[in-house]
Amino acid sequence: MSEMLLEVRGVTKRFGGFTALDGVDLVVRPGERLGLIGPNGSGKSTLVNCICGALRNEEGVIRFEGRDIGAQPTHRRTRLGVARSFQIPKPFVSMSVLDNLRIPLLYAARQHEKLATDRVADEAMRILRQVGLADKAHARSSGLTQVDMRKLELARAMAAKPKLLISDEAMAGLSASEVDDILALLSRLKQQGVAVIMIEHVMRAVMKFSDRVAVLVTGRKIADGDPQSVVANTEVIKAYLGEQ
Amino acid sequence: MSNRAFATVAFAIALAIAAASQLIANEFFFSAAYTVLLYVILATAWNILGGYTGYVNFGSAAFFAIGAYTTVALFYAFKAPLIVTIPAGTAVAGLAGLGLGYLTLRLRGVFFAIASLALAVVLFTFVVNWDFVGGARGAYVMQPSEVPFGLKRYIHLLFAIEVLMAAAALVIARAIETSTFGRGLAAIRDDELAAESAGVPTLKLKIISATVSGALMGMAGTTFPYYLSYIEPSSAFSLSYAVNSIAMPLIGGMMSWMGPLIGAVLLGTVQQLVQVTISSAWNLLIVGVLLVLFVTLAPNGIMGWVEAWRRRRNS
Repeated sequence: MSEMLLEVRGVTKRFGGFTALDGVDLVVRPGERLGLIGPNGSGKSTLVNCICGALRNEEGVIRFEGRDIGAQPTHRRTRLGVARSFQIPKPFVSMSVLDNLRIPLLYAARQHEKLATDRVADEAMRILRQVGLADKAHARSSGLTQVDMRKLELARAMAAKPKLLISDEAMAGLSASEVDDILALLSRLKQQGVAVIMIEHVMRAVMKFSDRVAVLVTGRKIADGDPQSVVANTEVIKAYLGEQ
Repeated sequence: MSNRAFATVAFAIALAIAAASQLIANEFFFSAAYTVLLYVILATAWNILGGYTGYVNFGSAAFFAIGAYTTVALFYAFKAPLIVTIPAGTAVAGLAGLGLGYLTLRLRGVFFAIASLALAVVLFTFVVNWDFVGGARGAYVMQPSEVPFGLKRYIHLLFAIEVLMAAAALVIARAIETSTFGRGLAAIRDDELAAESAGVPTLKLKIISATVSGALMGMAGTTFPYYLSYIEPSSAFSLSYAVNSIAMPLIGGMMSWMGPLIGAVLLGTVQQLVQVTISSAWNLLIVGVLLVLFVTLAPNGIMGWVEAWRRRRNS
């Protein structure tokens, strides 16, 4: 199974008597683009939190590049190459946009690639240019607009130099052209060989972006395959639209 | 300025102040300045955990008292001189800071603040019941009759030590602020989960921050038993240490090493002046009024206000 980048096997997460995830299996290959969809409360964010280490799963195994990372704290997983953006942006508000990127560059990226301390600012600028925030590099991160906040979230995840980037609803509530902005940004990561899990409700984006789509409903994975066949799946239609 | 250059300048200024003070004949100056410097150290130390890392410690008095009582215990046990008790008290308080750091694993915000206050209460009770260091009666620590370095009185030596300690605390605080470690602390203060997700080992950084903060507070306390030659638990654990070490960074500004320095010199001096001109009971009232004023008018302290003014002028 060494060709798998991420391998989630039988992951179960309970909150008291409520089972948020029930034996979920999920794999991501290197450089793959996976769309993860499901109605609200289906366990998508819980799954992300388990993969990243913000929550601990009670059962199941999470392997990254063949290594069991289930017991590792979040910062170790980030250093190994799992980065995420947050659904509700969490910028470091006391810092400038540029300084926001310094943190993952200093603490995560430097763990696996040589980066001299005086090159950190240049590298941060390079990433900011990629996401289109270069002109706001020295602005306070707390004053950004919603779409810029989302871009900063992604930029900060990218600055950790991950092998797998998990984008948690980076497009919710954005306009059509803003969605295209973010989509272009995520697509560019593919060229750099970064695998992406995109959690999204914007179906247009999911269909356009994904190599493969997985569907979570009430903590179980009910479908996993190429995008066209997944949206035609009767169980998926039932979960989203109800029975006819 | 590099850390080394800053340290050189800071210690040079400290030595110059200590030497120049020999020209001052007024003995009250030394006892007042000693107290102000003590607050410079406490405020700077508090700010490492409170301002840089965002964990409000209400137990500053406990760390201060740990330093003071380490001196007392070692003095009673071995007649240990200051040169031994200063590093010892700093180390013991650092260990207590390490313990406080582990509390951050489970406690945030107001819960952490309450736990740190509880730590002070527990230690107070412990010292009150520890007969070896005098318990509730207090302990006498006589100033040696011979004063080294040709200084006239022992308070001059204590003042000189305190100036050097304050310089050391400022050098450490500034070095942290401009380092990768300091950036990590700021990330923790802004959002702990986001910091962890960006690869910051939050627990490790918080523990180091709490340890350094506690150690410096303890260091400030080590000379205190000699200051009055007498120490008892309720003065060593006085609430005014806890309140002042929070109020001073808040008034000066919590984002940089200069804030606690300015806050402590300002508030500390005002308190000393009020104490001799009006009454000592007014001290905490003044702190309270100033706090209310600053929180409403300049929530980022004097440094924050200056920075905002500078930005307005530039744009």
